[in-house]
Amino acid sequence: MSIVNRVATALIAPLVAVVAAMVITSVVITVVGDSALEFWQIVLSAPADRAYVNIVNQATMIFLSALAAAIGFRMNLFNIGVEGQYTIAAYSAALFAGAAFLPGLLNVAVALLLAMAVGAFWAGIAGVLRVTRGVSEVISTIMLNAIGLTLVGYLLNTYGQQTGNARRTPVIEVESRLPGWTPFLERDGAVFNLVILAVLAGVGYSLLLNRTRFGFDLRATGFSESAATASGVNVRKMVVISMLLSGAIAGLVWMPALFGQAHSFGTSFQVGLGFIGIAVALLGRNRPLGIMFGALLFAFLNEQSNRLTLETDISQDIVQITQGVIVLAIVVAYEVVRRYRVAAERRNVSSRPEGDAKTPEESVPV
Amino acid sequence: MNAEVAIEARDVTKRFPGVVANRDVNISIRAGTVHALVGENGAGKSTLMKILYGVQKQDEGTLSVNGREVSFGSPTDAIADGIGMVFQHFMLADNLTVAENVVLGSEKLHGIGDDAHAEIKRISDAYGFGLDPDALVERLGVGERQRVEILKVLYRGAQIIILDEPTAVLVPQEVDALFDNLRELKAEGHTILFISHKLDEVLAVADDITVMRRGTTVGETTPADTTKRQLAELMVGSELPSPQSEHTTVTDEVQLEVEDLTLHDERGRALLTDIDLTIHRGEVLGIAGVEGNGQAELVETIMGLRKPSTGRVVLRGKDMSSWSTRERRDAGIGYIPEDRQRHGLLLDAPLWENRILGHQTREPSVKGILINRAGARADTERIVDAYDVRTPSIDTLSAALSGGNQQKLVVGREMSGEPVLLIAAHPTRGVDIGAQAAIWDHIRDARREGLAVLLISADLDELIGLSDRIEVILRGCLVGGFDPQSVTPQDLGSAMTGGGEEAAS
Repeated sequence: MSIVNRVATALIAPLVAVVAAMVITSVVITVVGDSALEFWQIVLSAPADRAYVNIVNQATMIFLSALAAAIGFRMNLFNIGVEGQYTIAAYSAALFAGAAFLPGLLNVAVALLLAMAVGAFWAGIAGVLRVTRGVSEVISTIMLNAIGLTLVGYLLNTYGQQTGNARRTPVIEVESRLPGWTPFLERDGAVFNLVILAVLAGVGYSLLLNRTRFGFDLRATGFSESAATASGVNVRKMVVISMLLSGAIAGLVWMPALFGQAHSFGTSFQVGLGFIGIAVALLGRNRPLGIMFGALLFAFLNEQSNRLTLETDISQDIVQITQGVIVLAIVVAYEVVRRYRVAAERRNVSSRPEGDAKTPEESVPV
Repeated sequence: MNAEVAIEARDVTKRFPGVVANRDVNISIRAGTVHALVGENGAGKSTLMKILYGVQKQDEGTLSVNGREVSFGSPTDAIADGIGMVFQHFMLADNLTVAENVVLGSEKLHGIGDDAHAEIKRISDAYGFGLDPDALVERLGVGERQRVEILKVLYRGAQIIILDEPTAVLVPQEVDALFDNLRELKAEGHTILFISHKLDEVLAVADDITVMRRGTTVGETTPADTTKRQLAELMVGSELPSPQSEHTTVTDEVQLEVEDLTLHDERGRALLTDIDLTIHRGEVLGIAGVEGNGQAELVETIMGLRKPSTGRVVLRGKDMSSWSTRERRDAGIGYIPEDRQRHGLLLDAPLWENRILGHQTREPSVKGILINRAGARADTERIVDAYDVRTPSIDTLSAALSGGNQQKLVVGREMSGEPVLLIAAHPTRGVDIGAQAAIWDHIRDARREGLAVLLISADLDELIGLSDRIEVILRGCLVGGFDPQSVTPQDLGSAMTGGGEEAAS
């Protein structure tokens, strides 16, 4: 198959999915009695400067979350627990950074490492349960989500600082905050410095999976556990390591916002990123570039939907329908394209009965 | 003899983008006969079969069934004309009963209740299938599952049955049972098209034989008018290879030593009992046995995929009992697994990535902790060349290759990196004759260089032709050794089934 063909088949699935999502969203809006035209005019209009900043910031966090899920997906591990992992990691890191044991940027660096360690630990529980007790990681990570969220809520309510009627962890000192970069005016907000984490994680993920022995073992396990085992891969070890890695990335999810904006873990903590990440990982086919586009698209839709409430009567939840349909449609579209590709390759192979088809040989009757 | 023609294909040509898969195919199948279609992998048998069953449509030429010209748009049309097909890979739902599987999709014919039950029982009894309609499919053996597939086809009223390599998955006894069933079907007036590349079977069961090569039909004959050798030559269109023993290359140097190896399953049943064997440098040790007598377990234990209850495995003087599979591979063990698709390949990965599999720690696939793409790709090109793997490119997914070409890739990979010991489980299974000879040559060459080989095979000719010594395995025990120079397939066969137990041991 030629390069052009490859690129075309790679792009066609997302395009079809987006178009399908637009059509279905329009139908839903029309059915509930609103104007689909108005909806798309607002959603597709150019974002305000402030919105651009928010889109990049949100996309960063969605990207990290999706990457965490993608590591597991690449070896058929369904880490549904990114939500719990990043919550408990964010709480731990905020607590540590707020306590200011260390000065300035060192405080930030150690807090990031701590977040990764806590995320890895929380995900690692599911990994260990899976290889020692055979517990499905889907079940255990969902349960660990509940446990993690409850635990953090309890700790915050019991030991958090009272501010008004809410509680939070100690606020991070000024010298350990990361002010960010303001591309527009001051009032339009700043792009988090820790956007760099997403870039590093994305590049690291790509190198690790495609260029290293470890990455090969991981992908081989995902392709076929039995073949990987026969080739000498210790699958149990791989399960634990990839859960640890997945959890470590998950631990970073909220770090950009913590050091760039919130400065403490409290009411400003953003929930739900873990689940969006799963959807975006699917959307991006577990590839960093695909995930990046997916994260930008989701962040864009979320951001634009805010304007719906201000400027129209259309519920901003409609956007979630769009997002949901995109994910559904893309899963279907990818499968269709994949089958088409395999069939095309098969044809390509079977159409050469004897290597290069030369002139037919003389038939020899018996 | 019945001269009526059940299916006739005339000048059928099928093109795929760029190339011709079937060219001027002419075949005429007499009603009430078993007609064998033979040819190497990739000779165009599958394409023709798909055209006959309506999966694909020919570009040129005509098909006629019972003298009437037909045009199939889909298998549904073919079924309506009384054609049924049994695929090589069964399409049964394991958690349903035989009756449920048969009725599935044809509920209109006899309903889903007692009528259907009675019909299934009737068919099963009429042809001696011996199937219980209420048995769960997951409890059935391979041979029984195949009979369920045939029953499905008969239930839908097929008069003409196409069987795609039906014996590939069967052990010898099951093959005999299948042939009895086929004769039964023939006696009842059914027509059978039997696709195979196992010539012994073709000669045993067919009334007529059509040979395909390079996408076209190259000859027609009957078992009475031909020999195995003539048929094979027609298939490959050239000189025929045969595994022949050459002078011995066996040395005194012990490569592999297995001592008192015993293996139990989870429930404590013995799968292997007190296995002792030794393989020297330059020696091929063949293991003969009816499938399921512990061959797979023996191989997996030596590879470190199973943990033995007692016993040691020693490679070149080093006890590797506690080694992981990877350490054993790194020590120079090549492994051609029995089931290449499950254990030997990443089907959704390109060929060059499959080259790395099992060699993740060795040159030229890797450099330090990194994958060496250039090295792996270059070496894949070498294997594709040396082993004649027929593929458009090394970026092709391995799933797209035919079984024989997949096997050639696996063999080529496992022979690379100068292994000291090769564990070869059915190295030429499903491989066409030309490739089979090439694989044998490669193994022989490596043996001359000092490779030790543990050869498991169901093909007695292969065992006798390649091995320096043959051990027979029965119910997890080695029950006797033979010298391939003097042994006959009959001797081996009797030892394998326990008939020669006393005499051999």
